[in-house]
Amino acid sequence: MRLRLVKQDTSFDFFSRWKLWLGISGAMMVIALVSFFLQGLNYGIDFRGGTTIRTESAQPVDVGQYRAALEVLEMGDISITEVFDPTFGPDQNVAMIRIEAQEGQESASVEKIRAVEGALSAAVPDIKFTSVESVGPKVSGELIQTAVIAVLLAIGAVLVYIWLRFEWQFALGAVIALVHDVVLTIGIFSELQIKFDLAIIAALLTIVGYSLNDTVVVFDRVRENLRKYKKKPLAEVLNISINETLSRTVMTSVTTLLALFALFALGGDVIRGFVFAMIWGVIVGTYSSVFVASAILLYLGVKRDWSKPTDTTGNQFANIDA
Amino acid sequence: MLQIDLWKRLLIWLTCVVGLVLALPNGFYTRVETHNDAMQAIELQGETPELLAQASGWPTWMPSSLVNLGLDLRGGAHLLAEVQVEDVYAARMEATWPEIRDALRPERATVGTIRLQPSAPNEIRVRIGEPSGMPRALEVVRDLAQPVPTLTGALATDLVVRGEEDVLIVTLSDEERAASDDRTVRQALEIIRRRIDEVGTREPTIQRQGADRILIQVPGIGSASELKEIIGTTAQLTFNPVVGRGTDPDATPGVGNKVVPSLDESGVYYTLEAAPVVTGEELVDAQPSFDQNGRPAVNFRFNPTGARKFGDYTAANIGNPFAIVLDNEVISAPVIQSHIPGGSGIITGNFTIEESTNLAVLLRAGALPAGLEFLEERTIGPELGQDSIDAGRIATIVAFAAVLIFMTLSYGMFGIFANIALILNIALIFGLLSLIGATLTLPGIAGIVLTVGMAVDANVLVFERIREELKSARGPARAIELGYEKALSAILDANITTFITAVILYAMGSGPVRGFAITLGLGILTSVFTAIFVTRLMIVMWFERRRPKTIEV
Repeated sequence: MRLRLVKQDTSFDFFSRWKLWLGISGAMMVIALVSFFLQGLNYGIDFRGGTTIRTESAQPVDVGQYRAALEVLEMGDISITEVFDPTFGPDQNVAMIRIEAQEGQESASVEKIRAVEGALSAAVPDIKFTSVESVGPKVSGELIQTAVIAVLLAIGAVLVYIWLRFEWQFALGAVIALVHDVVLTIGIFSELQIKFDLAIIAALLTIVGYSLNDTVVVFDRVRENLRKYKKKPLAEVLNISINETLSRTVMTSVTTLLALFALFALGGDVIRGFVFAMIWGVIVGTYSSVFVASAILLYLGVKRDWSKPTDTTGNQFANIDA
Repeated sequence: MLQIDLWKRLLIWLTCVVGLVLALPNGFYTRVETHNDAMQAIELQGETPELLAQASGWPTWMPSSLVNLGLDLRGGAHLLAEVQVEDVYAARMEATWPEIRDALRPERATVGTIRLQPSAPNEIRVRIGEPSGMPRALEVVRDLAQPVPTLTGALATDLVVRGEEDVLIVTLSDEERAASDDRTVRQALEIIRRRIDEVGTREPTIQRQGADRILIQVPGIGSASELKEIIGTTAQLTFNPVVGRGTDPDATPGVGNKVVPSLDESGVYYTLEAAPVVTGEELVDAQPSFDQNGRPAVNFRFNPTGARKFGDYTAANIGNPFAIVLDNEVISAPVIQSHIPGGSGIITGNFTIEESTNLAVLLRAGALPAGLEFLEERTIGPELGQDSIDAGRIATIVAFAAVLIFMTLSYGMFGIFANIALILNIALIFGLLSLIGATLTLPGIAGIVLTVGMAVDANVLVFERIREELKSARGPARAIELGYEKALSAILDANITTFITAVILYAMGSGPVRGFAITLGLGILTSVFTAIFVTRLMIVMWFERRRPKTIEV
């Protein structure tokens, strides 16, 4: 007996309300963007400069006590948060201290960090500094710039690849789905104010990769079925293709999510934000291949006769069945 | 039908075996690491029974490359420094002034008096007495300029000379600046490497980044501050004749002299002759030691030229003080008691043992050509690294187990084939990582976990396709063949697009992003290989043996 997440030969109608789905996706993107522009992201020091110090102590973390110890140093805005994690032992009390970038300085000076460590050690004798990171404003500006360029380049490269392998409508559909996934991910990070650092950019790019992976598999089947059913309306061909690949889509998403949830629960707090981004991306990415990418394809229409090669530049690489 | 040539089969298994063998050392990480360290030590210091015993922990005929653990997993310090390349311009201009003066002197009849004007450090301003002589002055100074090689092959010289009324302004040309910057950064890189090697930590990464930056990563060091003390000091050592001693920082030093503060005595300033007798460049050795009173000090030895200069100077100036100056601060200013012919001496000051050890290291390694500004610094404690490894290991095992069980439940026998391929896949990733000496970071582990999830995708695509083809009832062998054939384009398209993003991430990213891109990119390569070749070969072998009339996927 096999475990079947999706029963055989499904025939869900995904496109009876495709305008509604596109509308919902559009609305979610608007909400995400509004949240991003109103609230902004909770940038980590990678992107806005400053110093973070991670402390560990057997004593419970008393944020007030930490703050009092540091206030005398007059280092501007200091944020202190206690970190909770199921992987911590009973005597592991962890706090993150963030100090804003100091005026007129690149990374924090040795003396400043020594002063902070000294002040905290005086307040909490057994405190350990398990990590100290400091990024100057010059680098952080560049980091955010390269990150944005990396995301745009990845999207552009993929646009070209799909355009070469399929048709421009497919490329556009896939890229809109991608933008949708990236925007929604940034939106949830802004809405929940999860720390947005360099690792999250890596996650964003994986989402780009994953979402594409999913979209391409659906599109590949659409292309095959367009050759097979020359007379059927486009909506029906899309529906058949998505139903045929549904079992695979669900299987892959579930296995990936299984792995990611394990990492989320047990991987420790250092990478939790990163894993969260990926989980969200897998869910959104799976949704968007069907309800955004394919719906866009339906909206744009597509060349129906694939039997003879045409002179459109779009598909000269399409028939390479490597 | 379902035929795979023997040579292909052998090649596939061979690849798997090679991958497994390459990955194997990582299973015995500490043992192999001890072995590698011991081997290196034997090469440097010769054999000792102790080292040989350590080396024998791992057979020499086995591959011993390991995956490097990133700083976030092992703990250590990371610094990004910017070389202050402009520092060099000022010294360069200072050295050009005498040349300009000497060139203009014979022309005094046309240009009138020549006077150096105060200016920004990166230019020289010279006022001439006769503004009408400016064309001649420009001509003479321009003749001093040396050609600079450029990439485009265009003609360029190192100096740009222009005149504003009666002031002649000399600056460095853009080409010369670029060439000078490059030289400065390369020298700084070399000096930093030497200093870190002197301290002797394992596998430091010292890389140039962009035009004027240097990335330094040293695993196992306690804090970035410690590292900064070693590499952040310029360590320009000079021995200068002392003209006077006072308490006024703004005292007029007189031509060719300068005022330098004392390191230990606050409020004390020395007036020194600016031209040093000897500099740190002429040192051949420096060792921490103690003076007669048992206080920490540094012993040094000059090379023959330095020794001669030092000997001649001390012989001629017995009874006069001279100053030992480090980075524009007087460490000490002893009075010369006697002629010092041997070229060796001792620097005493208010040192702690640690300071004298560090100073000796710095003097041995040489001075930095320019100052460093630290843009980024990160220290990860070893405990946090260990916690991350532990958490990563548990998470990976659980993720792995969940996927294995899920695949078996979903695809039965075929799922088990996919699982074997998955395990091979992970081994291959580690084999490749060890082979290219890549660094495994925490995001890298996440990349592997993601690969675990995505590697099954290729297999899932094939299996689902075989299921579909089975419905058309063309027999199991044909269904398997068609399944592979038809799923191929989707597998390739999907993986190529993800691979493109991995490549872009690697090219654009730094730090955590790169670590992730490496494992993701390698993971894609190995998972396509295992899905298309290994699983298929296993299925074909199973099919040949059993010849089932029907199959259930």
